[in-house]
Amino acid sequence: MTAATSISVRDLTLNFGAVSVLKTLNLDVAEGEFIVLLGPSGCGKSTLLNCLAGLLDPSDGQIWIKGQNVTWAEPSERGIGMVFQSYALYPQMTVRGNLSFGLKNAKMPQAEIDKRVARAAEILQIGPLLDRKPAALSGGQRQRVAIGRALVRDVDVFLFDEPLSNLDAKLRSELRVEIKRLHSRLQNTMVYVTHDQIEALTLADRIAVMRGGIIQQLAAPQEIYNRPTNLFVAGFIGSPSMNFLNGATVDGGRAFDFGGTRIDLAGYDGGAVGARDKAILGLRPEHLTITDTAEPGRTIPAIVEIDEPMGADSLVWLKAGEATISVRVPVERRPAHGAAVHLRVDIPKASIFDARTEQRI
Amino acid sequence: MADITSQIPASARSALGSGPRGPKPRRRLSPGNIMLYGTLFVVSVYYLLPLWVMIMTSLKGMPEIRMGNIFAPPVEVTFQPWVKAWSEACTGLNCDGLSRGFWNSVQILIPSVFFSIIVASINGYALVNWRFKGSDIFFTILIFGSFIPYQIMLYPIVILLREMGIYGTLWGLVLVHTIFGMPILTLLFRNYFSSLPEELFKAARVDGAGFWGIYFRIMLPMSLPIFVVAIILQVTGIWNDFLFGVVYTKPELYPMTVQLNNIVNSVQGVKEYNVNMAATLLTGLVPLIVYFASGKLFVRGIAAGAVKG
Repeated sequence: MTAATSISVRDLTLNFGAVSVLKTLNLDVAEGEFIVLLGPSGCGKSTLLNCLAGLLDPSDGQIWIKGQNVTWAEPSERGIGMVFQSYALYPQMTVRGNLSFGLKNAKMPQAEIDKRVARAAEILQIGPLLDRKPAALSGGQRQRVAIGRALVRDVDVFLFDEPLSNLDAKLRSELRVEIKRLHSRLQNTMVYVTHDQIEALTLADRIAVMRGGIIQQLAAPQEIYNRPTNLFVAGFIGSPSMNFLNGATVDGGRAFDFGGTRIDLAGYDGGAVGARDKAILGLRPEHLTITDTAEPGRTIPAIVEIDEPMGADSLVWLKAGEATISVRVPVERRPAHGAAVHLRVDIPKASIFDARTEQRI
Repeated sequence: MADITSQIPASARSALGSGPRGPKPRRRLSPGNIMLYGTLFVVSVYYLLPLWVMIMTSLKGMPEIRMGNIFAPPVEVTFQPWVKAWSEACTGLNCDGLSRGFWNSVQILIPSVFFSIIVASINGYALVNWRFKGSDIFFTILIFGSFIPYQIMLYPIVILLREMGIYGTLWGLVLVHTIFGMPILTLLFRNYFSSLPEELFKAARVDGAGFWGIYFRIMLPMSLPIFVVAIILQVTGIWNDFLFGVVYTKPELYPMTVQLNNIVNSVQGVKEYNVNMAATLLTGLVPLIVYFASGKLFVRGIAAGAVKG
């Protein structure tokens, strides 16, 4: 472990009875890094966060924070602050009481408490709200106070458990920017749980995509988006999601055969493809272009079915043999319904998966 | 939700004020209303009539009672029966009325209510938030306890109290009440605490509060309604208890209910109906006052405790 490692999770396992929620999970988070744990419900992301916080005891494995083995330490002794989805503000205390509760428990002198509360209120712009009760605050203000409660503790690690899920769309994007600003100002290590891929892609230094208690891929957002390590990650990230074409790689891996249509794989950004009788070609909607002319080895013939205009872009759904393909086009270049067109494939940006192992080649 | 009218500009508000105001008018004498109020009237008469008879009888002298007319108000109002019931009526060897029983009941009631509620609320809190190995089994056994008829446990507890050296004392009875209140109260508190958001508890742990810190500073301030319900249940239950009182105490320490029975059911001499009525009213006064004073909170608390099981 290097000195710059903030959190180190080693072979962490958690079982609830016979159900295994986390399976020998390993994760190293660098100091000052913003890690997002992303995955569908039940993937173990919140469980992992609760283990980091010390709110759940692992069945096996260790957790190190700042070079200390904290696997069995109390939550308050781990140097963490946590922000919850439901804000979890103490309803009977004022905002000031909420912010200072943890500090009072730590027997901190009143002058220091006042100083820290004032600083947090200044950073989060909640100064005028300090003497109100949580019931008198709006959702956004409540979440700010909840962040402030983590802030006053002056900790190394911030843990966020879906902090924006209870807010409406507009507030959510506002607070998202604010969290990002907070991170660049404080430079703390942050671990952020969400099922919202927009939050993940915008906030994270690295994203850990989880499923079934296992981290599927841990990489920078662009890497995850462009080179998903397996079919699950490819399908989970991106909205609208990636198109998957079932076929085979032929000609020693130089081409992809899909219902008789051959696509040249020259320039593919990945490992040696080789010949596989069951392969999947993954194409994002923006990596396809609609043309009128067929180019052998580079295009797929398709019929336009429907389109969904979404402001600047339009999502066009086409039928190519058995498969349905979505393509993102500028709204002014929408093709007519029922038109027979050709889709040019951007192979350097595509992903090829082995259909058996579901891994990217 | 904020007051909506405060967000409307003053000009618009004055325009609102000029039209008709208040709730939509309703017809007062609709068939539905006649049915409703008719039923309510009959039911109130049904429940109030016995009370009326009791109060009237307790204010009459014996000669007037012998004339019959139990519904008629007293011709000559006398408070003598009340005085006699409180301080002169004889039960066994003692002739100091119900007052002795009243103070006995108070001495039983206060510690019983206090201890049973404190222990049950901590039980409920621990069962929800500090789940330990076997906590589910513990809870099941506790709930099972409330289905065992009292009669089965009556004699074993006599032996138990005797061995502990507190049989026949007030503290023995307090212990019995505390134990028997445990299943239902624990269930009540457990359900209430599990309806509180779990994240509050987690946040408090991250903030460094321990078992007692969270109980006293986070949970208790949020639990007023359920404490009121528990207090009402226990006060009325323990005050009205007869069986435990008569089994586990001795005559000088009998609670008010047992003394009431002894006054009303004494077979010697003339039946003094007015004294009996006054004694019964005196005994029922405490639960009655509790209900009147806390009716609203009681309903709120029952509703709060029932949200989630």
